Amino acid sequence: MRSFLARRLLSTIPLLLAIVVGSFLFMRLAPGGPFDTERALPPAVQANLEARYGLHQPLPQQLSLYVGGLLHGDLGPSYKYVGWSVREIIAQAFPVSLTLGVLALAMALVTGIPLGLIAALRHNRWPDRLAMGIALLGICVPNFVLGPLLIIVFVFQLRLLPVGGIGSLQQLLLPAVTLGALRAATIARLMRAGALEVVGQDFVRTARAKGLSERQVVLKHVLRPALLPVISYLGPATASILVGSVVVEQIFSVPGLGSFLVNAALNRDYTLAMGTVLLYSALLIALNLLVDVLYSALDPRVELG
Amino acid sequence: MAAAPNAGGEAVAVPAAATPARAASPGPWRQALRRLRHNTAATVSAGVLGLVVVATVAAPLLSPYGFSAQDLAGQYQPPSLHHPFGTDPNGRDLYTRVLYGGRLSLAVGLVATLVSLLIGVTWGTIAGWAGGRLDNIMMRVVDMLYGLPFMFFVILLVAYFGQSLVLLFVALGAVQWLTMSRIVRGEIKRLKDREFVEAARALGVPRRRIVLRHLLPNMLGPVLVYATLTIPAVMLEEAFLSFLGLGVQPPAASWGSLASEGAAAINAVRTSWWLVLFPGLALGLTLLSLNFLGDGLRDAFDPRSETA
Repeated sequence: MRSFLARRLLSTIPLLLAIVVGSFLFMRLAPGGPFDTERALPPAVQANLEARYGLHQPLPQQLSLYVGGLLHGDLGPSYKYVGWSVREIIAQAFPVSLTLGVLALAMALVTGIPLGLIAALRHNRWPDRLAMGIALLGICVPNFVLGPLLIIVFVFQLRLLPVGGIGSLQQLLLPAVTLGALRAATIARLMRAGALEVVGQDFVRTARAKGLSERQVVLKHVLRPALLPVISYLGPATASILVGSVVVEQIFSVPGLGSFLVNAALNRDYTLAMGTVLLYSALLIALNLLVDVLYSALDPRVELG
Repeated sequence: MAAAPNAGGEAVAVPAAATPARAASPGPWRQALRRLRHNTAATVSAGVLGLVVVATVAAPLLSPYGFSAQDLAGQYQPPSLHHPFGTDPNGRDLYTRVLYGGRLSLAVGLVATLVSLLIGVTWGTIAGWAGGRLDNIMMRVVDMLYGLPFMFFVILLVAYFGQSLVLLFVALGAVQWLTMSRIVRGEIKRLKDREFVEAARALGVPRRRIVLRHLLPNMLGPVLVYATLTIPAVMLEEAFLSFLGLGVQPPAASWGSLASEGAAAINAVRTSWWLVLFPGLALGLTLLSLNFLGDGLRDAFDPRSETA
């Protein structure tokens, strides 16, 4: 276990480095720059700005400076939010996305797992059809359609909930549903597939044969192995849900990280975009590692290698 | 993945009979088609898709209004007999706009999927066929791109390709090839040491021809299935980009851009729900059908697989 972790952590270093270099070049070679405005800046101003942020240096040198800064935990200054460092921006926006994301994920798990399980246990009968119909609906209704419709129904018609912002649980409810719907639907489908694979196996028949109640069979024998596909989906899903969705954030006026990422990429705010990308990539790698560990914990046949 | 196309496909060591469809009956393709026809959801979906395509193509026949004909006296009208889907902030008939908008949405789905097919199949084939170091490097590149947030990838690609509509389609396809390349690589690796490939090699068939005539036809099943599922993915992507104002630019419209314009027009004073609902419904129905059809195709090509 310990050697597995050590090896995996070591192997993430080249991957992270590749992601840094890749996204750096990808971003720099894109047309446009952080100081583009509607009216062209006077050349002298432009040159001064570029000198101020070191953008006049050759690209390889800038890259090595950036990576050097990263090693000291320095993500650089934002080009667009003058006076703010990337680290400060992330420190403000990430907790918001995190709260919303955790809530959305919890809702997705709480609805998706039972839905998928019921569908599998009533395979090809009406509960299965109904559950999978709901799940497909969740996959096919885009969040920018779901969000406004939820607002119309729950805020403007029923007047049950506030329209947006953050601070209270009620305010976060609709954005969390909008953010989690797609994940809940995917989890339900994966859960169903996983459970279907398991219920046909011998050990389940044995469990039934020895007289366990259906409830015990499901909770003790079916659930654990059936969760495996869901677990492996959760790695990437959690990473993207925690970083936030620009669509949900715009609709519900939530000041999360997703909007910063999109706006930074749009405005070529190089450092801010890189900082968010790195946060996402690091989260993704860490969560995938966690998934592998969980996987072997849930299924003793899987060895960490 | 699908093991189905092999039975007939692998018998074709003779280059002349390269298309598995022409192999001895009942060939795997015909079997798959038969299984597909027994799948009610997939059949109905195919019908719905057909209707949607016909409706968007025949849009001028189905609506008395022009696509951008404004009626400034009739803004924000709720659905009525004259305007079944209501009217938008400029008094344009939403039903007409949804019909025409479908053209762009469907075109995006097709073109971008073709682009993703082209890149993914080429990348995966080269990696799988070459093996060794090149394979390793190419797959690490895929890993790296997987590690980037999707939005970052799309936005920068759109920046590279510019705002023209056709290039937007290309950019959308260029985001979605990663999984396809992995599938194709896996298939190539699985197939390339099989006897029929060895036989072709022994006969002196050139490499290019082996890949094109012997390997590619044999993995058409899984590739086709994944392509069907890529169409809804790119259509959603286009809608997402349109929401950000990066996608389809007015006066052109797609279902995605219509729905996001509708979302922007909603406020506490005026809840014009139809502006979001109907474009969203059209998009959702089409995506639903494509997903059902894709699932049906997968089950048809690989009867052992279960809908996931």
